[in-house]
Amino acid sequence: MTAQTFQRIPPRPAPVKTGGAIAWIRANLFGGRTTTLSTLAIGAILLWYLPQFFNWAVFEAVWLPDADACHAAGVGACWGVVAEKYRIIIFGRYPFGEQWRPLVATLLMLALLIASCTRMFWRPSLAVLWIAVLSVFFWLMYGNAFGLTKVETDRWGGLPLTILLSSLSIVMAFPLAVLVALGRRSELPAIRSFCTIYVELIRGVPLISVLFMASFMFPLFMPPGLSIDVLVRVLLGITLFAAAYLAEVIRGGLQAIPKSQVEAAATLGLSYWQTQRKIVLPQALAIVVPGIINSFISTFKDTSLVTVVSLYELTGALSLALNSDADWRPYKIEGYLFIALIYFVFCFSMSRYSRWIEKQVNKGNQR
Amino acid sequence: MTQVRLRKKNKWSWRSRSFRGLIYQALALGLIGLVIWFLVYNTMANMRVRGIQSGFDFLLQTAGFDIGESLFPFDSAEPYWRAFLVGLANTLRVAIAGIVIATIIGTLVGLGRFSRNALVRGLCISYVESFRNIPILLQLLMWYLILTELLPGISEAWQAGPFFLSKGGVNFPIPIWAAGHAWTAIGVAAGVALAWLYRQWAIRKFEETGVSGSLLWLPLAIVLFMGLAGWLLGGAPTQMNRPFRGDFSIEQGGALTPEFLAVLFGLSIYTAAFVAEVVRAGIQSVPRGQGEAASALGLSRKLEMRLVMLPQALRVIIPPLTNQYLNLTKNSSLAVAIGYPDVVSIANTAINQTGRAVECISIVMLVYLTLSLATSLLMNWYNARAAIKER
Repeated sequence: MTAQTFQRIPPRPAPVKTGGAIAWIRANLFGGRTTTLSTLAIGAILLWYLPQFFNWAVFEAVWLPDADACHAAGVGACWGVVAEKYRIIIFGRYPFGEQWRPLVATLLMLALLIASCTRMFWRPSLAVLWIAVLSVFFWLMYGNAFGLTKVETDRWGGLPLTILLSSLSIVMAFPLAVLVALGRRSELPAIRSFCTIYVELIRGVPLISVLFMASFMFPLFMPPGLSIDVLVRVLLGITLFAAAYLAEVIRGGLQAIPKSQVEAAATLGLSYWQTQRKIVLPQALAIVVPGIINSFISTFKDTSLVTVVSLYELTGALSLALNSDADWRPYKIEGYLFIALIYFVFCFSMSRYSRWIEKQVNKGNQR
Repeated sequence: MTQVRLRKKNKWSWRSRSFRGLIYQALALGLIGLVIWFLVYNTMANMRVRGIQSGFDFLLQTAGFDIGESLFPFDSAEPYWRAFLVGLANTLRVAIAGIVIATIIGTLVGLGRFSRNALVRGLCISYVESFRNIPILLQLLMWYLILTELLPGISEAWQAGPFFLSKGGVNFPIPIWAAGHAWTAIGVAAGVALAWLYRQWAIRKFEETGVSGSLLWLPLAIVLFMGLAGWLLGGAPTQMNRPFRGDFSIEQGGALTPEFLAVLFGLSIYTAAFVAEVVRAGIQSVPRGQGEAASALGLSRKLEMRLVMLPQALRVIIPPLTNQYLNLTKNSSLAVAIGYPDVVSIANTAINQTGRAVECISIVMLVYLTLSLATSLLMNWYNARAAIKER
């Protein structure tokens, strides 16, 4: 046996780093020729415009409610318009001295909405909480009891109205939507076709025509002499509208429940309503929670349309605040951006929440 | 031994399921009928009390109002039904243009979210998130404000060649009709026919031999060439109706009003954000292995998208895309808020003038129901074409 001489293999060069910021930049911004070129092009455009935008929006902007400073040449955005008018934008035509009431009411509603989103509060007593908070909300807004002066509903406006319309209509639409969704899958042809016609009819027309109906035609529908508040009529209109869309979402959940579940329930001797209440709906509704939240988001955005039938929610309140004031009228775009930001914060956080809950719901399936 | 005694089934007993079903349905129908009777009775009574006339005869009366823009000539002496027709044409015009633009932007943004470039991805995500989460009405109002307040006045209109941009909208040259244009049209038609024949031939050849010809650029070139040939044959008419600065307005030429542009921009940019999400979801629904297999076969990223990913994604994309098109059409009703004379806006004016709320709102609802139905039928037909062809 010949003795083998030990030969050392030269060490290999270290591999290219695949983690860390520099590697990420190399892979995602300068990965190939096209990528590099587009990065350079987009980067140049951003470098050119972003500083201009920030100059306008932040550095050269006027933050104080001073119209003369805004009129001066060479200044950027005039956020002073928000500082000057925020109370009308947020609370609409509500009497100025009483505006602490909508503020407290809105904060209460927001707290309720956040609580409803938290797992800790998911129990039957949440319904009691809703009723309690809603009654306090109405007492604070309407008054006329326990030492508060009366404020007619046509003075309500701004953010409280937006939140009230969207949350109340979705809460009222929910039971209706469950019934309609069940009805569309019913074995009874008359009920099935009625529910189908309702859903397809409502989904085929724009919300604005439903609102026109609530505002122009609804008074004709009621017995002579009985007049119903425009807020209630609009609320009913949005509820009927939201219910049709919500019913489709819930129907999607019902269809996802295997037939064997219903058959098993029948074997146990459960009646139709027992089957739906104890077996089908708990499973179906859990699946469609993200869809329900998405409906809530669209309803929240849709409430902006009530400005067309002269209710001054957030969008309407802005026009109310600025249209009659020649000093501030030129800065309407800043006002629009302000309420756009409010809508964005609400809708974006709700859509994030919907993502989160989707993951929670799917957790059971990922064993 | 226990004896099982079967009771005779009685069809008309409460224990019979079908009998109960019958009763429930009768009750439900009765209830619905009662509600409808209640509403109709009240409406009739109210109309009598308030002296409101009813019926569609007002459609034949003189409208008495002018309409800012219309596709065909309209003046205030014409009847209401013509006014509604103008509104319908305006709705369709903005909806169709909006659908085309929203599809293009939405597809690009949706594809952009799969880009290898992080900047492109980031831009697409921020586009979707910011435009999706702001109400469409607010966006329309903002566009209208930008177009009517922040642009220069008509006398200082920006000019680029024969194009003008100002508070008065966009003005652009349009060709003056000449006999030669008929030849151009004939040429384009012949080109389309030729291109279609060529495509059929190329597809057959591809299926037989596997040699693929150009399926996009060559047919396009054929159409363009034939159009050009027809135009030359017709004597090459070049006369254009060019806009120019008048004393008070930009005169002549074609024009798009700021109302139309605001509705168009608002609708298409808002809907594009949703279309982008639909496209993204569709592409993500294609299994990863398909893309990897395409790479393994040596397809470039572009071909991989076009030949492997998109045809499979299309099946998932089309139904929700139909919904977005319907939403866009329905959202075009918000044009009433900025004074674009769409069908809702005309109906609103008609209600204020005649007081026929029931009739006008029914017309609006009927129009949108018909549009919704037509769009879904069209898209269902396309969906049937794109669906999996099972062997």
